[in-house]
Amino acid sequence: MTATLGSIGKTTSPGPVAPARESLGSRIAGRLSGGLVRVFLLVVGLFWLVPTIGLLISSLRAPGDMSASGWWTVFGKPSQLTFDSYQKLLENGDITGSLVNTVLITVPATVLVVVIGSLAGYAFAWMEFPGRDWWFLGVVSLLVVPVQVALIPIAELFGKIGLFGSILGVILFHVGFGLPFAVFLLRNFFAEIPRELLEAARLDGAGELRLFARVVMPLGGPAIASLGIFQFLWVWNDMLVALVFTKSGSQPITVALQTQVRQFGNNIDVLAPGAFISMVIPLAVFFAFQRQFVSGVMAGAVK
Amino acid sequence: MTGTRKAVAALFLLPALVLLGALVVYPIGYSIVRSLYDANGDGFAGIDNYKAIFTDDGIRTALKNNVIWVVFAPAVSTALGLVFAVLTERVRWGTAFKLVVFMPMAISMLAAGIIFRLVYDQDPDKGVANAVWVGVHDTFASSSAFPRAHPGRESPLVPQGGGFLTRSAVRAGQPVALPLVGVAPDQMPGDAERAVAAKAEPGRITGTTWQDFTRGKGVGRLGAPDPSELGYAGMRIEAVKGGTVVASAEAAADGTFTLPAAADGARLRLPASNFREPYNGVDWLGPSLVTPAIIGSYVWMWAGFAMVLIAAGLAGVPRELLEAARVDGANEWQVFRKVTVPLLAPVLAVVVVTLMINVLKVFDLVYIIAPGSSQDDANVLALELYRKGFAEGQPGIASAIAVFLLLLVIPVMLFNIRRLRREVRR
Repeated sequence: MTATLGSIGKTTSPGPVAPARESLGSRIAGRLSGGLVRVFLLVVGLFWLVPTIGLLISSLRAPGDMSASGWWTVFGKPSQLTFDSYQKLLENGDITGSLVNTVLITVPATVLVVVIGSLAGYAFAWMEFPGRDWWFLGVVSLLVVPVQVALIPIAELFGKIGLFGSILGVILFHVGFGLPFAVFLLRNFFAEIPRELLEAARLDGAGELRLFARVVMPLGGPAIASLGIFQFLWVWNDMLVALVFTKSGSQPITVALQTQVRQFGNNIDVLAPGAFISMVIPLAVFFAFQRQFVSGVMAGAVK
Repeated sequence: MTGTRKAVAALFLLPALVLLGALVVYPIGYSIVRSLYDANGDGFAGIDNYKAIFTDDGIRTALKNNVIWVVFAPAVSTALGLVFAVLTERVRWGTAFKLVVFMPMAISMLAAGIIFRLVYDQDPDKGVANAVWVGVHDTFASSSAFPRAHPGRESPLVPQGGGFLTRSAVRAGQPVALPLVGVAPDQMPGDAERAVAAKAEPGRITGTTWQDFTRGKGVGRLGAPDPSELGYAGMRIEAVKGGTVVASAEAAADGTFTLPAAADGARLRLPASNFREPYNGVDWLGPSLVTPAIIGSYVWMWAGFAMVLIAAGLAGVPRELLEAARVDGANEWQVFRKVTVPLLAPVLAVVVVTLMINVLKVFDLVYIIAPGSSQDDANVLALELYRKGFAEGQPGIASAIAVFLLLLVIPVMLFNIRRLRREVRR
């Protein structure tokens, strides 16, 4: 959706639609339907919130209470709320270790995609070399390749070169599959930079690397932010890739929790707070950078 | 263009191209080749692995489920997204609403999976879906209080059609005892009181129905209420003569009941309605509903995506067109149907196609939400690929599934390239 890149983030609604005709009957009808719309949206909004609230409250109840009654009973008996499960979870070395692994995987995988993607995006946007557009189309065509295609081949490859089970292996995999989108997004954004800016810097004798670091990267801020947030969330939330390529010492929080799901029902005091802790960072990022997130989603609509 | 320029360009591109080549392009080629070999990788298998996709029962289930997914999940998500996008324009707190619906996109499918395992819990006292469902159901059909009750030793009652019937006819003025056992103490009605033996009343049938069980050997007497025994409050009693009900009553809190003289000479029946299992809600994660249930959780995650894209498209729709239609006398539905939707068609297409690709890859939700017992019924290709490749030692078949998935997205790949080729040549 390159066309929408210019209008990134402009998703604010234009406000309530003014009634067109002013007859009394249509005004009453308008009021009535307006009320219906409000009730409908309220119910839907509640519907969307309840599952998450259920998880949050479940994580704040003792396992004994959980097996005895539904989480909604806390509204009548708030004394059930306790941080015990969280406390126990944070004393659990497997869980805290896997949280550290999640950070160790996510941060490098995000930084590398941004750096490598920017370099390539700049080359595709502003450098002259034979077959440039074809190379770019080749990269973009990889946007829709499902990660599943690479699981078995890369597992064998990593096995041969000793990367299997290592954090580095997972990072590389995420970088590889993050790059098509990164190159696509950044090349399109960089291409909008006014030619005069670059020409002026070139006339001043700036080399390509200098140009890239001093002119292109600062101007590319918004797109880089979108990409970074998107990649960060994608890697942080991944379970499948880590499930295949990590082993017990290197697994991130998603995989650590996944192994607990098999005994679902007996360990809700681990699963509920664990799931919630794993959600906190993505939700914080989401609320802090909504606009960038939305524009990333829009730009990546074909991924 | 000089040689150095080219060299610099190559340097800028090198890291990306090397990684893409090794991690994305090479695996495609490898998968295609690997899919033509057997499980060990030594024997050439031709198209056997592809045949397996359509003949192996497990993979066929996965294929069938994938079709259900691809047809319904994108359509439902997009339809909801469209409705939300249009309606949020009419309320002041539209942005807050959008935020709530869009939020699940930020969390992992694992977390969403755990969230929905909780929602779909079978026990109506734990899973909110069944709590609501049972609540609605019980408003319209009352459930019974004594599902497990049955006659004990030396009981005057015999089973009949799900309920119980006295062995002999009852006589006015002679109190009747209708003892049963087997109701767990915490399942007894909340208003049940200590059972008392009914007093004889001339011309009427009186009696007691109660839980004839006292903990401890030899403590309670059989056939007579003991101090710790509770009455079956609310139990229905019918007097039956020649197959028809001539009178009926409901037991009081202490288990006593009174029937009119008409019941003289009848046999008493505790009808089956007393003993029905309580309604336990829907088995959301059972074999038949597990796929729709998981699709529900997917819609929860992705309707927000559709909504945001469609809302952005809607912001670009000229207001004058909608106003013109309204002035021409079109009602809101007609404006929506005849103006808004056609104008949004390109956006809707992008959303549906994007979600279709996304749905083909769905793995985590199924893996987490479907319990072990119904995972075979909920299977999808991406999950089957994982199982074949990493649990069942069948990398040949797994590679065939991978290539099959790739083939399914190739039309979109070509569409992307065609669209971009026009844009690249600005």
